[in-house]
Amino acid sequence: MTAHRTRPLRVRSVGTALGRVDGTEKVTGRATYAADHADGVPGDVLHLWLVQSTIAKGRVVEVRPEHALSHPGVVDVIDHTSAPRLVDTENGELAILQDAAVGFRGQIIALVLAETAEAAREGAALVEVSYEAAAHEAELREDNATYRPDSVNPDLETDTFQGDVDAALREADVVVEQTYRTAYEHNNPLEPHATIAWWGEVDGRATLSMFDSTQGVHGVVASLVPMLGVEPDQIRVRAPYVGGGFGSKGEPHAHVMAAALAARTTNGRPVRLAVTRQQMFSLTGYRTATISRFRLGARSDGTLTAIAHDVLEQSSVVREFAEQTASPTRMMYAAPNRRTTHRLARLDVAVPSWMRAPGEMPGMFAHEVAMDELAVACGVDPIVLRERNEPDLDPETGKPFNNRRLLDCLHRGAERFGWDARPREARTQTDGDWWVGTGVAAATYPAMKTPGNLARVRSLEGGGYAVAIGCVDIGTGARTVLTQIAADALGVEADAVDLSIADTRLPSASVAGGSSGTSSWGSAIVAAAQLFRDDHGASPDPGVETTASAEDDPAAESHAFHSFGAVFAETRVHRWTGEIRVPRLLGVYSVGRVINPVTARSQFLGGLVMGLSAGLFEESYRDSRFGHVVTQDLASYHVASHADVLDVDAEWLEEADEIFTPMGSRGVGEIGIVGTAAAVANATYHATGIRRRSIPLTPDQFLDDPGT
Amino acid sequence: MRALDYLRPESPAAAVAALVSNPNAKYLGGGTNLVDHLKLGIVSPDELVDISRLPLDDIQEYDDGGGPGLRVGANVRNSDLAAHPVVRSSFPLVARALLSGASGQIRNQATTAGNLLQRTRCVYFQDATTPCNKRVPGSGCSAREGYGRYNAILGASDACVATHPSDLAVALAALDATVVLLGPDGERRLPLAELHRLPGDLPNLDTTLGRSELITGIEIPFSPVAALSTYRKVRDRASYAFALVSVAAAVHLEHGAVRDVRIAWGGVAHKPWRAERAERALVGQQLEPDVIGAAVEEELENAASGDENAYKVTLVRNTTVHTLLQLAEGHR
Repeated sequence: MTAHRTRPLRVRSVGTALGRVDGTEKVTGRATYAADHADGVPGDVLHLWLVQSTIAKGRVVEVRPEHALSHPGVVDVIDHTSAPRLVDTENGELAILQDAAVGFRGQIIALVLAETAEAAREGAALVEVSYEAAAHEAELREDNATYRPDSVNPDLETDTFQGDVDAALREADVVVEQTYRTAYEHNNPLEPHATIAWWGEVDGRATLSMFDSTQGVHGVVASLVPMLGVEPDQIRVRAPYVGGGFGSKGEPHAHVMAAALAARTTNGRPVRLAVTRQQMFSLTGYRTATISRFRLGARSDGTLTAIAHDVLEQSSVVREFAEQTASPTRMMYAAPNRRTTHRLARLDVAVPSWMRAPGEMPGMFAHEVAMDELAVACGVDPIVLRERNEPDLDPETGKPFNNRRLLDCLHRGAERFGWDARPREARTQTDGDWWVGTGVAAATYPAMKTPGNLARVRSLEGGGYAVAIGCVDIGTGARTVLTQIAADALGVEADAVDLSIADTRLPSASVAGGSSGTSSWGSAIVAAAQLFRDDHGASPDPGVETTASAEDDPAAESHAFHSFGAVFAETRVHRWTGEIRVPRLLGVYSVGRVINPVTARSQFLGGLVMGLSAGLFEESYRDSRFGHVVTQDLASYHVASHADVLDVDAEWLEEADEIFTPMGSRGVGEIGIVGTAAAVANATYHATGIRRRSIPLTPDQFLDDPGT
Repeated sequence: MRALDYLRPESPAAAVAALVSNPNAKYLGGGTNLVDHLKLGIVSPDELVDISRLPLDDIQEYDDGGGPGLRVGANVRNSDLAAHPVVRSSFPLVARALLSGASGQIRNQATTAGNLLQRTRCVYFQDATTPCNKRVPGSGCSAREGYGRYNAILGASDACVATHPSDLAVALAALDATVVLLGPDGERRLPLAELHRLPGDLPNLDTTLGRSELITGIEIPFSPVAALSTYRKVRDRASYAFALVSVAAAVHLEHGAVRDVRIAWGGVAHKPWRAERAERALVGQQLEPDVIGAAVEEELENAASGDENAYKVTLVRNTTVHTLLQLAEGHR
């Protein structure tokens, strides 16, 4: 293996709309998702069902399995007294069944194994658990978010300060000081989490094999290895098809450990666990609610002199996750005096985690509504306001932006959306019984590459090439775009590339997260392909191979890499009922080169819809008396329906960012959700003259006098 | 797995007999609600009596001593009822109520009687780990001080603040429909308005039906008022959600004044809420916003709400005013 300094790709397939290489398998139902696997699984599976705590804090006094064990088909009940011991329990989320402590309602406290899924489910209902309950705290309030984490996700500073914000606010011509709130949200990918696991033995060493619905197979191994006390080569994880994740499958959650531990007890018989939709609301991660106190100080023309963003949010006592909500505030607009802080309430609740654009999504909702309020306060068009606050350098690092084209996105979007025709004043347009308004917000997302990616290229008989990297396609089209990248890097047609992914036996790959997948894996593939050609030439013998990683461009050190976008929304608010509809939504993005316009467009549209959905519908309602989310299905946790998604469109600027990656791309997975809820909220203000600062925006918030 | 007996009776009478002989049996219609409940572990019958194949799927006009009407078999699917030409022309509010509910797939599966007998979607009723008087009498009401956005504002009790989820039932309540029942002692007819009940101290009982009584059909009387009618459902998202509030309304105007008016509300109570006080106040009046608003205020005199559902008082008033104004303008 060698680290190779890549050269920019000569693009041929990249940039074209190659159809999904696995499309036929998917639409004909032949794609095997985690719980589907029968081939390759040794023997009949045992079905696993999770028993979850019904208290939020305290300890399990006793687990009585007798009734469950007497139920036909139930094979075993495992609890904290009988579960295999873990070597390392530092990850409190994964260290299940190691002691009697209960840290949140819904925590796994026992496992039931049975011959059928139905018997396992009924067995779980028959397990009798007695508890010693302790007082719990499950509510995020402004007065209990006082804990200062050492860093925020992924490894960013908790607080940042520049200049003197308080002085600047005192001297400012215009001050916007408001508090913005976002709701708890659950990722809810279409495919619920599922795992099949079995233990075996090779050369006297235990082995664990898994099919798992995950965004990163190597990440599962890395999490389990220290806890199970095995070496990485003792665990194999595969995830050939995954039905979405949105971050909730970015790291293994407790159910994966449940499957691994249960399978340890079955003498090699495989164990299958399919998490239910309801269980996902306590076991597979979610986005914290956020409370953002924003203070903007500006001159009368809107030029910012101070930006302060103080965030209150929550984590779990079981495992810390601190959402980086104020991180985009650090780089978005110019101002000499700046402040960002994050404080957490550490609650007796389920463990929060990544959800599409952690940090940027809730943070930019707050920032971009605050900017809209500043535009109104200054009497400046919102786009002009952003022009006036465009920074020359990244305000946080002082580095030049590599390719900051926020204003190009805003201007292109304004042209397409017809922004010039927009009345300056709010509450001036109606259509029948609907107030009509438009709004705009900026979007941003950091361009990230993750180290530790390797790719392998091997020549095949007949002129084809086997390309291998252990990354996962979670439905984004990674299999397709990596095929295109490999084809161009090798200078062959796409159908000459035989790509293998999603197996820890393949070269190591990073998680499909942080919009970093294509950049990270694609760069490794380009490195391996270019080195392969350097070493083996244009007509290699069959069977020769090269494994390589991509070495960073030293020029990358001197730049700040971010993608940008502009989101435009038209909303209608019914003057009698307060119902909110979004007839038009447009996003314009600068993301470097788009590898495949079809799959990229799908990411943008999906992000826009998810942002619309967050703006109007999505809310996990936690009942703090019990400690769990009570809107725990898709009938009560509302996501946008087809009827809510009307004219939604996305386009992107033609460009290539070849300092960042040899493909010229920067990542597309998350930016679509960023700023979208703010654009919708700003449009509801423009429609009604009513400013609401909490999402989701719902009809009851717009039930003022209907007027005539 | 919990073992269940499954019976497919040959006749409605055999179905009733099956429920008489087994106190733990339940009727299975389209199954769109009951099957969910079986999975959630909130009901546990030991026998399902599948009535979905009984020949109760006709839609027929009738004209007996009580006047003409439309008789709808209990097993008529929601999609078929909504699409029926007589329903569309004579009872537009029924078609609209049906089409505002669920999804196309569910409407293809769900039956007329099952729609009326579906149970509340109160999140605590559906979560076996929380107290709920409707699910476990005497265990307490979690919704009263909990997730309250969908809670009732009319006719609730200390024991229960759940709302009835059916749209169809609200439309039928406005039309003075009748439910045809078969029980161990033969057939009887019950005004739809008396089918559902307020929770009182017995919120475990949704209806006044005897345990083994089977709905075999409904009868909707033809009425001039139904021709100008509509169903307006307000919810957060545009489709596939239960009502925050809904309004079934019909009006018969003569020289601009109300001769007959029907108003029923969904999403506000444990049953479809026929707004009879508001109706009485409107007869003989012109349909002006203030007049309608005052009539609705009268109906809402005893409305009670908490922080999370207080909006429903305003929302049901606004929606009723707007819906009646639209009808008065000839919109349907």
